[in-house]
Amino acid sequence: MSTTQDPPRDPMARPARLMKRYEPILAILLAAAMITAAILAPWLRFVLTIALAKGIAVLGILLLLRAGQVSFGHAIYIAFGAYVVAFLAPTVNDAALLLALAAVGAGLLGLVIGAFVTRYRQIFFGMLNLAMSMVFYSLLEKLYAITKGSDGIRVEIMPIAGQALDRVAYEWVIFGIALGIALVVAILLRLYLSSPMGEALAGIKTRETRLEFMGVPARGVLLSAYVMSAVVGGIGGALIALTSRHVTPQLAYWTSSGELVFIAILGGAGGVLGPFLGAATYELVRIYAAASFADAWQMILGAVLLLVILFAPGGLWGMAARAIGGRGR
Amino acid sequence: MSEVLLQASGLRLAFGGVKAADGIDLGVMKGEFLAIIGPNGAGKTTFINMTTGYLRPNAGTITYDGRRITGMSPRAIVKLGIARSFQLPQLFVEHTVEQNIALAVASRDGIWSPLTPLLRPRFRDEARDLLGRFGLSAIADTRADALNEGARKLADIAMAVALKPRLLLMDEPTSGVAASEKMEVVETLARVLRDAAVTAVFVEHDMDVVERFADRVAVWSQGRIAALGPPTEVLNDPAVQRDVIGIERHA
Repeated sequence: MSTTQDPPRDPMARPARLMKRYEPILAILLAAAMITAAILAPWLRFVLTIALAKGIAVLGILLLLRAGQVSFGHAIYIAFGAYVVAFLAPTVNDAALLLALAAVGAGLLGLVIGAFVTRYRQIFFGMLNLAMSMVFYSLLEKLYAITKGSDGIRVEIMPIAGQALDRVAYEWVIFGIALGIALVVAILLRLYLSSPMGEALAGIKTRETRLEFMGVPARGVLLSAYVMSAVVGGIGGALIALTSRHVTPQLAYWTSSGELVFIAILGGAGGVLGPFLGAATYELVRIYAAASFADAWQMILGAVLLLVILFAPGGLWGMAARAIGGRGR
Repeated sequence: MSEVLLQASGLRLAFGGVKAADGIDLGVMKGEFLAIIGPNGAGKTTFINMTTGYLRPNAGTITYDGRRITGMSPRAIVKLGIARSFQLPQLFVEHTVEQNIALAVASRDGIWSPLTPLLRPRFRDEARDLLGRFGLSAIADTRADALNEGARKLADIAMAVALKPRLLLMDEPTSGVAASEKMEVVETLARVLRDAAVTAVFVEHDMDVVERFADRVAVWSQGRIAALGPPTEVLNDPAVQRDVIGIERHA
């Protein structure tokens, strides 16, 4: 019996396989490049820590994209993680502990919101997430007595794991923590994506009905991914608060959620390295564009995104995969 | 083959004014291959959908192995040992054939493991064994969307068999399969199912397939069972030939 009708349709299959093989090496190279850049240009330490924090949060977007769902409101978890740090810093006063609390808190919030939004798919899923984040944004704006509204809350330098540090040492350690968390989360997510749970998550995108007839609760699979995405969002937000040392409701605004989706598209959803490639590129382009063209930096970012969508639909990860796949031929 | 595995009693289901099931009484015996034939719209797929929990009947009961399953969810029914395949194969098209089968194998008890690979030896070996039995080993690494209809059908059924069901319901397992491949597909299927001691109910439009592989035939007509018995008896019934097979040949 003949069994195939066409040649395999995915021209990215081989490059993607090779890229996945080389991804750990590329991750180490990227980490080394970031450390080198932070040493050579100390001002980049701040930019790269923010990029790592956003990259960690965008891993959550990547998880949901795996199930074919786009959240336009995931900044809620970044803002939640950041405000956990801001609210609890005076009492807890330890960055390591606050990071853990932000992760757990965001996970719990993700469980509550996820229980509702994972009933829906596609545009409804995306817009409900957006609605949730805008409700949270409004609360942060309006409840001035608690949140200080649009003035935001300042976060002071604090001890890390019991060690009091001066400003430079503190920034270096936060950068190191961000890099370490990025590597650990990326490794865990990479394992997850090729596990039965991760593959079932991808099954939601193509044949959700089949999952149910295999005895697999598709909503449960999506909800667990959603909670994971909330946890990494919370971690990213906490890192942003610890780095920028000032949190405002803007963190939950819809443009912040759009930024996460922007980075996900820019970096590419093919592998766990994509969000970090995207976040680093995004932050650097933003910084340089804002410095060089103060009134036009958003236009430059938009042009970069358009170019990526038109000429590199797999994002930077896809471009790297093609470069590696091409070289292997 | 005398023990009843599945019993439908007085099943009724209407979609608006259309009676898709109008008092279905049917017992499926353990180990048998039961074919369901009938014109389009007679309610054959509706019966599969009710049995597998996709649709809830307006009235009547379905019992499986002595346990009432009417109104249970598809997931709960699968866990009891009833699996199904689909008229339009429901494969995970961005996965390879091996990954599709392995995911079905893993769904029995290993789906919640988040950090160990899907293609770990336990799941991969079972998937490969199943692929071998279905004659699909050569396309294990092919993406599901690159398969032809025959292979797609077999892979779809292999996914259902990977769930280790005691009862398998197949909705037109040979539809869309090239005429030259049809008997080969069904022979493969029958061999695998007999080896695994799976009871099978299948909706079929090809009377040659029915005659050759079914132990009994149920003839569906306007939501009712018009005839039930061995293929030689039922297919030669003048009323069935006139009202059903005649229509089938023109369908």
